[in-house]
Amino acid sequence: MSVTEVFNKYEPKKENLLLILHDIQDSIGSRSIDETTLKKVAEYLDMSLSQVYGVVSFYTMYSTKPRGKYIIRICQSPTCHLMGSKSLLEHLKETLKIDVNETTSDKMFTLETSSCLGVCSEAPAMMINDTVYGNLTEEKVNSVLEKLRSNHENN
Amino acid sequence: MICNADEGDPGAYMNRNEMESDPHMVIEGMIIGAYAIGANEGYIYIRAEYPLAIERLDRAISDARAYGLLGNNILGTDFSFDIHIARGAGAFVCGEETALIASMEGNTGRPRKRPPFPSQKGLWGKPTNINNVETWCNVASIIKNGADWFTRIGTEKSKGTKVFSLVGKVKRTGLVEVPLGTPVKTIVYDIGGGATDNKKVKAVQTGGPSGGCIPDSLFDTQVDYEHLADAGSIMGSGGIVVMDEDTCMVDTAKYFLEFAVEESCGKCTPCREGTYQMHRILEKITEGKGTNEDIVLLEKLANIIKLTALCRLGQTAPNPVLTTLRYFKDEYLAHVEDKRCPARVCRSLINYYIDPAACRGCTICSRNCPVEAIDGKPGYIHIIDQNKCIKCGTCMEVCNFSAIVKLSGESIDTPFAPIPINKGR
Amino acid sequence: MSTVCIKIDGKNFTVEKGSTILNACKSAGINIPTLCYLKDVSEEGVCGVCVVEVKGAKTLQRSCITEVKDGMEIFTNTPTVREARKMNLELALAHHNIECPTCERDGNCELQDIADRVNVKTVHFADVPSFYEKDVYSPVIRDPSKCIFCERCISVCDNIQSVSALAISQRGIRTYIGAPFTHLLTDTPCVNCGQCIMNCPTGALTERDDTNKVWDALSDPDKYVVVSTAPSIRASVGEIFGLPAGTFVRGKVATALKMMGFKKVFDTNFSADLTILEETHELIERIKKEENLPIMTSCCPAWIKFLEEYYPEFIQNVSSAKSPQGMMGAIVKSYFSQQISISPDKIFHVSIMPCTAKKSEAERRETWLRDFPDVDAVITTREFGRMIKQGGIDFVNLPDSEYDNPLGNYSGAGTIFGVTGGVMEAALRTAYDLFTGKELKNIEFKPLRNFEGIRVADVEIDGLNVRIAVANTLGKARELLEAIKSGKERIHFMEVMACPGGCIGEGGQLIPTNSDIISKRAQALYSDDERSKVRKSYQNPQINELYKNFLEKPGSEIAHKLLHTHYIKRHLWEKIGKSDF
Repeated sequence: MSVTEVFNKYEPKKENLLLILHDIQDSIGSRSIDETTLKKVAEYLDMSLSQVYGVVSFYTMYSTKPRGKYIIRICQSPTCHLMGSKSLLEHLKETLKIDVNETTSDKMFTLETSSCLGVCSEAPAMMINDTVYGNLTEEKVNSVLEKLRSNHENN
Repeated sequence: MICNADEGDPGAYMNRNEMESDPHMVIEGMIIGAYAIGANEGYIYIRAEYPLAIERLDRAISDARAYGLLGNNILGTDFSFDIHIARGAGAFVCGEETALIASMEGNTGRPRKRPPFPSQKGLWGKPTNINNVETWCNVASIIKNGADWFTRIGTEKSKGTKVFSLVGKVKRTGLVEVPLGTPVKTIVYDIGGGATDNKKVKAVQTGGPSGGCIPDSLFDTQVDYEHLADAGSIMGSGGIVVMDEDTCMVDTAKYFLEFAVEESCGKCTPCREGTYQMHRILEKITEGKGTNEDIVLLEKLANIIKLTALCRLGQTAPNPVLTTLRYFKDEYLAHVEDKRCPARVCRSLINYYIDPAACRGCTICSRNCPVEAIDGKPGYIHIIDQNKCIKCGTCMEVCNFSAIVKLSGESIDTPFAPIPINKGR
Repeated sequence: MSTVCIKIDGKNFTVEKGSTILNACKSAGINIPTLCYLKDVSEEGVCGVCVVEVKGAKTLQRSCITEVKDGMEIFTNTPTVREARKMNLELALAHHNIECPTCERDGNCELQDIADRVNVKTVHFADVPSFYEKDVYSPVIRDPSKCIFCERCISVCDNIQSVSALAISQRGIRTYIGAPFTHLLTDTPCVNCGQCIMNCPTGALTERDDTNKVWDALSDPDKYVVVSTAPSIRASVGEIFGLPAGTFVRGKVATALKMMGFKKVFDTNFSADLTILEETHELIERIKKEENLPIMTSCCPAWIKFLEEYYPEFIQNVSSAKSPQGMMGAIVKSYFSQQISISPDKIFHVSIMPCTAKKSEAERRETWLRDFPDVDAVITTREFGRMIKQGGIDFVNLPDSEYDNPLGNYSGAGTIFGVTGGVMEAALRTAYDLFTGKELKNIEFKPLRNFEGIRVADVEIDGLNVRIAVANTLGKARELLEAIKSGKERIHFMEVMACPGGCIGEGGQLIPTNSDIISKRAQALYSDDERSKVRKSYQNPQINELYKNFLEKPGSEIAHKLLHTHYIKRHLWEKIGKSDF
């Protein structure tokens, strides 16, 4: 979807801001919303750029920095914490050679955290784009990343 | 009318389950509710972390419209009602009703003062009814079976059942629905089967970041609104996280405060600055740098935040600290006075040693050590250089002879340099 | 008035229904300390300082936003209340860059004042570093390390000025109040009105201090330094030295400036009269031709930038006449320079204004006569006060002295430029006479003399009905422009001042400036007008002399070259970056 197509989908009402931002972000390759796009959104909804930026920077799922093709959100809930999510996070940082909220140089992966993915019975867990992976171990994380990499290369 | 499906409490996922497995149940409840109060517009505010639930609700709503159960003139009556989905975007505070409404209006999710309550002035300034997913799910069965049926279950003040997500260091994890008033121990031991690996259960944490920790000595506590409050905790959305003897309660409190710091909207001083300072003090304590004055300050600060934060979220953020201070003060004192972490969790306060009596000189630990902190050669007793060790625990994981010990506040005699195994015996 | 019965600290009181605990306590003689609260500006209750105990409530109640209820029992001074106030203030202070002795707001800081009242002697918490950098590139300086997140600046910028240059971004401990992204204020629609400064309780928002530039010029033997002072300065600067609000101190101002070493002390009121002549000429022309109406005043630079950004379609409606500051600059560096035979680049012209936006007006290159500015430095009332202090001048006891010729005389019309509606009134006095050829007798336009956001009136000039409108604050200006755009209002002549009450309430004035102080300053200017022998700009003899000797007549070619300017359509959020100043 182009930005115009997203606008066509929603009426120019402020209440649609979050939905519009989600749709734009999901359909843009960089999986983020840059300033130029935000200006368009502000104009469309008759809001100030300041207000729109306030919203974008408030919610963790939006980003104004370009992100990778796959956004990894590792769950930091107490359950996952108890089940070792912290060392998994360290493992991911080491493997991808990036810190939280950073993107790998090949623009494949962005590493983020989530307060809870709501899959506590399968802790520790992570979500990559819209898919949830539970009962994680370092090996399992490695094989998921491997699979995504090879999928990408085959495409 | 709003259904609050911003299930953000870490450790709780019953709403996701309800929406994914039976979205019709939520919709049915909302339709009945709307009919009862005369509402024509309904919204389900759902967190964006639940894409599957969104997809299924979306479909269920379309189906309901197709069947004439939503939309204009439902079932040929003059009652019209429709439901729309609003998505969150990653902010725990949006579970708070005024923040949720702000978010739905296209704003940042910052709570505002109450009153006016949403029932007086809510979405777009109009009277708004907000209930959570589980409440709406109960409506249809209560209408069908009658109020008496529902109120027969539960205690005198807390009626009916509640779904809990039983998670953590417990054998059987998952969602459990029990009558309100069921004792903690029934849930933990009879249903959950006790701790994993034959460890001892030490406490349960209920109510997420706003809740508290209940020690095993109080496991007779009935799980209902009043008794949990008496114990210093809350029911919240119904998360029950089981903790065993390997859990450090100071570390747990620190974890929850870190969560509060991350999720504070930043609007009011007590929450924005207070939770940050509480976290700093807890960090100091877990690093072995805390003092008794720090504990006093921590408790004072916790109480002031409870009394002066603007919204319920801020007011309850200190609960994990207050309950652990209440029930596990000895653990705090061990960190502060003895520089010891009894559960051997806090990295700054633990050391790894190789037990000379158990080491077989196999070299696997020194080969796996990421910082080359282990000295030794085949057939020799290995030694960890405490100055180099980063306490990652790798050696303990790889050792096949359980020769690595993790200690806090104590040490064992080890040779100064690697010596042949038979000499050491 | 319906009332409710409440108990405050054990005593019974009857107070107005619907009043806040704060006001109820005030009427009972108890002053509850408040930090973030500012009536009509910040009523969100974020700081947690004004808390009280209310019987039956589980938490402490914020007195600023909680209404009294019948039977309410309030406790304002319990151990818990004292502890909570202290602790919340300590939390704010831990995240505040405490450098009071060097802070501009030292001695005039709400945070300092409350810390004293709540008796904070130690901050028990660890310092929280500022996560963001200071923005020093515009006339409005923002120092995030001193921000206490009261959100007053946001509220003023959004709700009163409708400029929305500032954002509340990020969240939690990293919350940032300032320009969005990592922009500078110069990249935002900020109009430099300085109302955020006026409402900031700490030193997080200040004006750019240009006093050193002025001192340097004064001690430079190659510079001939002249100064001109805006209408409202004479009614406000005395307050810095403890004189009551609205004390008229023009004579002392002149003495102080001469003591500092200024060669000539001129009056911006003079150039206000000049502005009236040029603007009225334009007004009459346009009304006759019925083109580009309403004609809009051009004196207020914040308003001009606002219009260029948000309503560029109205650019041709703005009078092309420069502001009084701009005209003074042009005359000083042309006419006056010729008179004293000193080349204009050797003249250093300082302008003392109640206004932060005037600093940026002086930087607008399209207003310059040559490739250097006509006004070399603009300092605000506050900066002027600091210079007087720094110079060791005993301001209160100064004798009066006169302003200098040939640019120091003014009519009563010039002096009321400092009040909302004043430019309109001044213009009408001249316009009526010039248009009709008759003498206007009743020269005080009472319907304009109030502080309503928008005032609209009809004036009959020789059978012609002229509809006039006056707006103060940019939010009200926006309302008026929308009404004009939609055809709801048909206006001939429109005055806008960006700040509440006009220049007397501007962003460079004393802090605090409230409605009470504003009306006293207004009164001082109206009295000055009443005292004036000449009350119509076109009757100011110095002005007539200037036209005779130099400018020919209003709207002449030379007048156009020197005294008129043009405006630029601006894109919102255009990146400007760091300016040269």
